[in-house]
Amino acid sequence: MSATFTKSMARNIYYGGSMFFLLLFFGLTMHTTKVMPERDHRENLTEAVERGKGLWEVNNCIGCHTLVGEGAYYAPELGNVFYRRGAGDLDTFKAFLNGWMSVQPLGIPGRRQMPQFNLTEPEVNDLAEFLKFTAEMEVNGWPPNIEG
Amino acid sequence: MAGHQTLKGKDIMDTLKFKSQIVAKPYFIFALMLFVGQILFGLVMGLQYVVGDFLGGTVPFNVARMVHTNLLIVWLLFGFMGAAYFLVPEEAETELYSPKLAIVLFWVFAAAGTLTILGYLLVPYSTLAEITGNEYFPTMGREFLEQPTITKVGIVIVCLGFLFNIGMTILRGRKTVINMVLITGLIGLAVFFLFSFYNPANIALDKLFWWFVVHLWVEGVWELIMGAILAFILIKITGVDREIIEKWLYVIIAMALISGILGTGHHFFWLATPGYWQWIGSVFSALEPLPFFAMVLYAFNMVNNRRRDHPNKAATLWALGTSVMAFLGAGVWGFLHTLAPVNFYTHGTQITAAHGHMAFYGAYVMIVLTIISYAMPKLRGIGEASSKKAQVVEMWGFWLMTVAMVFITLFLTGAGILQVWLQRLPESGEALSFMQTQDELAIFYWAREFAGVIFMIGLLTYLANFLVDKKEAVKS
Repeated sequence: MSATFTKSMARNIYYGGSMFFLLLFFGLTMHTTKVMPERDHRENLTEAVERGKGLWEVNNCIGCHTLVGEGAYYAPELGNVFYRRGAGDLDTFKAFLNGWMSVQPLGIPGRRQMPQFNLTEPEVNDLAEFLKFTAEMEVNGWPPNIEG
Repeated sequence: MAGHQTLKGKDIMDTLKFKSQIVAKPYFIFALMLFVGQILFGLVMGLQYVVGDFLGGTVPFNVARMVHTNLLIVWLLFGFMGAAYFLVPEEAETELYSPKLAIVLFWVFAAAGTLTILGYLLVPYSTLAEITGNEYFPTMGREFLEQPTITKVGIVIVCLGFLFNIGMTILRGRKTVINMVLITGLIGLAVFFLFSFYNPANIALDKLFWWFVVHLWVEGVWELIMGAILAFILIKITGVDREIIEKWLYVIIAMALISGILGTGHHFFWLATPGYWQWIGSVFSALEPLPFFAMVLYAFNMVNNRRRDHPNKAATLWALGTSVMAFLGAGVWGFLHTLAPVNFYTHGTQITAAHGHMAFYGAYVMIVLTIISYAMPKLRGIGEASSKKAQVVEMWGFWLMTVAMVFITLFLTGAGILQVWLQRLPESGEALSFMQTQDELAIFYWAREFAGVIFMIGLLTYLANFLVDKKEAVKS
């Protein structure tokens, strides 16, 4: 670096630049949270969805699965599983999910095993409501196809 | 770990500029112990990728992963704290404000960390949530933030005590650029961690603000910590004028924050967010490799223009290595999938895993190992550097781990490309399902596991360097 570019110039770029972009980031985040209701459809956020999210969390589902692409990459994407396994119908999906959760672990030698979480039927239904809510959020058209 | 004793006729304190720097030692030792645990669970997970029912009943994948990632985060935090306790007094030219507080906090953090990991391993996660009262203040069950709420509170308390101690030391002494940048990074780390307590019922908001911890840590304030540690090491081992090093440091962290803050947008592509993030995130995160590239130029320039030949060749190797590997892992592998049209197909595939592994190893594991390499001979009373023999062993560890990590990254990248090809690119109906795709990737996962075993051998080799110098010491 040439002698004309001094340390204090570098320091000013650091302080000025990072403050500017931090403020810009906060401003954009505020705008984002303002317009999010029309995309996340929070009018659908029922108590069942909320309970379902709690169950999702205390059973560490994110430790194997992804949800809208974030999480572990060990088990299938669940952000759109409501469409993949329930064809977008809540009753179909609840029936599927109750059946699927009850037969775990499948015990096929060498296959990745999903643990048995011993959830009750109402709990699995809450989980289904949560996954429906997630599937109905508008996330800019992701994933590319139904397989997630 | 060996070498606690004073050497014949020579007190440990002679090798330290300030006696209170010694508190860094338990932090470094505990960090390395957790590192071993992290890799062990990494190997378990790697095997579970191909032998799905391996340890399924005792250590399910989600538990192994939680242990693997949480151990990484915690040992890096121990490493950062040890680094701060070592370098802040030396920079400030004064003793640490309270060595006693540093030791008390070490035990609090070590106990809380150990109990949390044991909790993960010994009881089902939902039971852990129940006994820690998660229902009253739910924060658990989100990736990397799986710790019980009470552990999170403990982390905040430890961070506050640590920042107080470091802050008072800096206030009392010389306020160098390195110290100021380091403390800014550490304060930022504590502040952004507070977002881990925000867990709204709306998953869309939860996901948005989750990134305020995760991204603004690793692609924001942690880069300040890394930059400060690297600058300290370069001054010490090259003897280059502080003014020059500090100017570079400002330039690098300016680029890091200017690109990295709005670069957060690359995580907002596929959330319930406006489309403008696809532009902002793509453009700014495409700039994120620049500070890492500058770091490579800087590290090599400083070493080439060195005014002294420091006897600690291993520390020099780590310092150069961390700049190169951070550039490759965080810079190049980040750029590979950061443009929105590419990320549409790669988001949440093994490409992400590939990038994550090399970026964390290159930027944060290696910077902590750099400061450990520099500080340990002094903390152990050996002198400026370990013996030649110990350094050779350490450098074997460096190469084994680094080359193994390159291969882990390449194999995961291969897996990721094939995964995108089979599962993401075809239309619905033609694409393979997730599980079918995983079967097709098995060869890459086996190769990755093999590279993982080499990494573990590298780590054990690295640790063996501490046994070499039990008796002998090299004169500086």
